[in-house]
Amino acid sequence: MNPKHLFFVLTVLVFFSCNQTKHLYKIEGKQISITDSLPSNSEIDSFIKPYHDHLNQSLDSVLSYSAGTYTKEDSPFNTAIGNFMADAIYEQSNPIFKKRTGKDIDFVMLNHGSIRSILSKGNITIRTAYELMPFENTVVVAAIKGDQIKELLKYLTVSSKAHPISKLKVTVDKDFNIVSAAVQGQPIDYNETYYVLTNNYLYNGGDHMTFFQPNDTVYSLDYKVRNALLDYFIKTDTIRAAIDDRYMQIE
Amino acid sequence: MKRRDFLQQTAVATSLVGLGGLGLQSFKEPTKKITILHTNDVHSHIDPFSPQDGMHPNKGGVARRASLIEAIKKENPNTLLFDAGDIFQGTPYFNYYGGELEFKLMSMLQYDAATLGNHDFDNGIEGLYAQLPHAKFDFLSANYDFKNTIMDTHTKPYKVFVKDGIKIGVFGLGIELHGLVEKNLYKETVFLDPVETTQDMTRILKEKEKCDLIICLSHLGYHYGKSSKISDLELAKSTKNIDLIIGGHTHTFLKKPTVTKNIEGKNMLVNQVGCYGINLGRIDFYFDSFNNKSADGTSIIV
Repeated sequence: MNPKHLFFVLTVLVFFSCNQTKHLYKIEGKQISITDSLPSNSEIDSFIKPYHDHLNQSLDSVLSYSAGTYTKEDSPFNTAIGNFMADAIYEQSNPIFKKRTGKDIDFVMLNHGSIRSILSKGNITIRTAYELMPFENTVVVAAIKGDQIKELLKYLTVSSKAHPISKLKVTVDKDFNIVSAAVQGQPIDYNETYYVLTNNYLYNGGDHMTFFQPNDTVYSLDYKVRNALLDYFIKTDTIRAAIDDRYMQIE
Repeated sequence: MKRRDFLQQTAVATSLVGLGGLGLQSFKEPTKKITILHTNDVHSHIDPFSPQDGMHPNKGGVARRASLIEAIKKENPNTLLFDAGDIFQGTPYFNYYGGELEFKLMSMLQYDAATLGNHDFDNGIEGLYAQLPHAKFDFLSANYDFKNTIMDTHTKPYKVFVKDGIKIGVFGLGIELHGLVEKNLYKETVFLDPVETTQDMTRILKEKEKCDLIICLSHLGYHYGKSSKISDLELAKSTKNIDLIIGGHTHTFLKKPTVTKNIEGKNMLVNQVGCYGINLGRIDFYFDSFNNKSADGTSIIV
């Protein structure tokens, strides 16, 4: 390096230094766990308290009574809790659908995974509805027919899960071939359009339910599934859920 | 914690440092330290998890986070606090109060900025707008065009913070809402390409605003495996001049911040701290004023 170059380098350095060029020379990164070993900020705690107390008081208010303890594992083809949920959502939603369209909902198809907790014997509170349905899913009615109805039935029969259904009756043989399938007591006509109630998550392909789209029409009822359950609890004194023959296997 | 050093130093850089050390002591300024704290996907988790919780017993809680942040700020006043979105939805606090308490608490904790997550639209764009008066921090979003919505003018694409003379440019990126959020909730919000947006943002922050540090608050998600879907790791390798991507959406728990390379082969960090406020991310940036821009040697310790 000859003196000319050295001068240039020094000039550059002086220029940058005097203009306070900041040089990032080290970065350290880590994650700190928020545990009970950290003190709680009392100002924040007391700010939260009125919200917390009001919320919990409300969540614990009793709406109804459950005559038994129902779980989604209590039967392989249809469960008491699933039947209750599908029937309750139908009962709450159909009047809204009828008022808006003049038509009736034909049947209900939900998924086993959307039953998020058990229903315990005893008081049913607002908290119960949040536990059963913590998500914001809304009620959707899709008009589908033919092959898509076949696909829906196939989904129901090959998944070997007790998906909650209502107003639909399906019987399969020991190899899960469909022996009979009826909607509201009438055998399914594959040329007919059916108005099927589900939720927006499943409508959009959730849990691999790919048969709701495309469709002739879809109606969003602007009604949360949880609110349908809450409204049903409010008007019902005692919940008596039961396993029945809506989906069954014959030898 | 396992320590790894990433050193990138050229021979030129070394010789410059050597020369400077001999001749220019008088110009040397003390080291500056900028601390970046961050959360993501807190999802309305205000109270700590109960000791009986099956997943995160005794973890989280805003009041504990507050005292931790307070202690760190006492140690280094040059601290910024950010959130990468999905502030809303996950506990009945949101269902009952619509996000009011979340925003009020983040304001009390003195968050500096947040970006928007898909769940922040769960009460519709009007529901988000209605809670804005409770937020004393900025919402940064460079790739949601809110022009034809009620949110128009209520977010900024980026913000430049100055701490101890260091200019920190921060911009926000959101995930494609179509397919995740119903159209009647996000209305006429237009999603812009994250990579193109980032190219614009980094050019503005680097060349026009002359930032010393560039941070992206992203709700794109950490990575989607073999899928080419845009994510923080994809964004990192497709762009330049970002020092840190603070991510969210995928609720990714990392053992430590990810060191990755940008399109120029330069090391940078991508971090995400899981969800529900059970962790706080902390990244410390150390600057000295005594060097040449070509002497680009930064050690990253994670």
